[in-house]
Amino acid sequence: MVERRPFLTMLSHAVLILGVLVVAFPLYLTFVASTQTSQAIVQTPMPLLPGGHLIENYTAAWNGTGGGSGSKAPVGQMMVVSLISALIIAIGKITISLLSAFAIVYFRFPGRMFFFWAIFITLMLPVEVRIGPTYKVVSDLGMLNSYAGLTIPLIASATATFLFRQFFLTVPEELVEAARMDGAGPMRFFKDVLVPLSATSIAALFVIQFIYGWNQYLWPLLVTTSEDMYPVVIGIKRMISGGDSEMQWNIVMATAVLAMIPPALVVMLMQKWFVKGLVDTEK
Amino acid sequence: MASITLNNVTKRYGHGKTATPVIHGISAEILDGEFVVIVGPSGCGKSTLLRMVAGLEEISEGEISIGARVVNNLEPSERDIAMVFQNYALYPHMSVFDNMAYGLKIAKVPVDEIKTRVDKAAKILEIGPFLQRKPRELSGGQRQRVAMGRAIVRQPQVFLFDEPLSNLDAKLRAQTRLEIQKLHRELGITSLFVTHDQVEAMTLAQRMIVMNAGVMEQFGTPEEVYTRPASTFVAGFMGSPPMNLLKNAPGATANTITGVRPEHLDIASSGWALQVEAVEMLGAERLVYGRWAHGAGDELVIIRNEESHAVPTLGSTLHVTPRADKLHWFDASTGKRRESNGSHP
Repeated sequence: MVERRPFLTMLSHAVLILGVLVVAFPLYLTFVASTQTSQAIVQTPMPLLPGGHLIENYTAAWNGTGGGSGSKAPVGQMMVVSLISALIIAIGKITISLLSAFAIVYFRFPGRMFFFWAIFITLMLPVEVRIGPTYKVVSDLGMLNSYAGLTIPLIASATATFLFRQFFLTVPEELVEAARMDGAGPMRFFKDVLVPLSATSIAALFVIQFIYGWNQYLWPLLVTTSEDMYPVVIGIKRMISGGDSEMQWNIVMATAVLAMIPPALVVMLMQKWFVKGLVDTEK
Repeated sequence: MASITLNNVTKRYGHGKTATPVIHGISAEILDGEFVVIVGPSGCGKSTLLRMVAGLEEISEGEISIGARVVNNLEPSERDIAMVFQNYALYPHMSVFDNMAYGLKIAKVPVDEIKTRVDKAAKILEIGPFLQRKPRELSGGQRQRVAMGRAIVRQPQVFLFDEPLSNLDAKLRAQTRLEIQKLHRELGITSLFVTHDQVEAMTLAQRMIVMNAGVMEQFGTPEEVYTRPASTFVAGFMGSPPMNLLKNAPGATANTITGVRPEHLDIASSGWALQVEAVEMLGAERLVYGRWAHGAGDELVIIRNEESHAVPTLGSTLHVTPRADKLHWFDASTGKRRESNGSHP
């Protein structure tokens, strides 16, 4: 119906454009603010066009030489910490979930369904519910302020296990039998057949888990106490010191923009992958 | 190449008192190089039997031997067999070449030997141009040939086919049937072929096992199965249209079922009086369904030639006589074949 009535077409376009503006405008403002001096930002009205201080602000943010009263941790270093922990979390979650789903679907062992549901239910609880005991365990094991402490408690995933299980159930039984005929043992079958077939699911889950890992705030806040292990999302918060002293908003905004770039890159790169996978139908 | 021996092969699902038997003690000897078809209706257990030979199902009782070896406890890959599946079961993400080479790669066959074998199989099956394509880029018939190629390169002692033609359209099925026959002539490997289609069975088999509800009803050449069926089931299953099985034909003794094939009933001026109920035109011939009232009302099917007679009108009466040497008799209670009319000697 929309195709036939020009008014409705215009209306739907207008609504969509409005939606894009609502989402994109704050990002635009952030970018603009990151290119101005901090005095220019606090003036009202704030300038709406980019200023000329782009390189200056970004280098200051990257190297931690921004001045101001908030944390001066170099953003470059924090980005590396975020990147490493997000990668460990994403890759770790995918690997563990692939193996768990493989065991659940293709093997029979006593208590199989019980374990499946037990793991599922406990993981459905948000991190915050189990955060007290988890902190104690991590601290007792001496894993505070380390990549291990940042990533291991977050590395199991119910969603990924469930998704892979559903996918594995669609793999035809005959394929497993053909592999058995060819002499492929279970791990061989897993490596040569199941994992390549799961490529699109893996790509999709990688994006989701990477962004999840990148955006982790509460857990890293508890587990890290030294500046050199802060992920960048914590860095942003700590820069906003409050109080009467001068705030370097332009540096904060530059940091925010820098923090947004890696997840955006991951989504853009992976998009090509899983659209390609969706388009090729398989038999 | 090897013989296959089935010795009282039995299959039960479940354990103890609630176990349901699905295959009841089948024994048969399949000779080296023979092409044997296992044919029967859906659910008769033919695929289960094949899968027990393949090692994909456990054997509850009895023994299966390939060559001189009892293979009950061997993994499928250790039995020196190869299988062609109904849905081809090709690895979708691998090229045709890799699909065919996969088993050999796992068996650590040297790379140049793999290439030689794959190329040779590709030549026999005429899939050489497709070696670098993925399965999704091939048609159904081509995929089935790749599946056969994958079986050939293993150079097994036995080929197992699990209804490989069921997913193909009629024309392709006829074509692939000829290719399978050609393949068997060239390679001479012992083959077990499962199908529910009795035309495939008749055309491909050197001998066939006719199965019904987990029991082997007859094991013989297509000719034997067709001209001397061992039971009413075999008589009614093989041949299309099926054999007429009459409960109360004149001249038969009590408790006897008389069988006569549609093509063995001749139109005559006198004889059994049939009231024509339906006529089916098949092109080369016609099927006429007539009701014969003689106490209990049986239905008969007749095949007639197009040239010799006019098309019978519905409701008219036709007289037919059976050819005396083409009658079959079966015991009405057991369904088994009797050698002559009258009480069993």
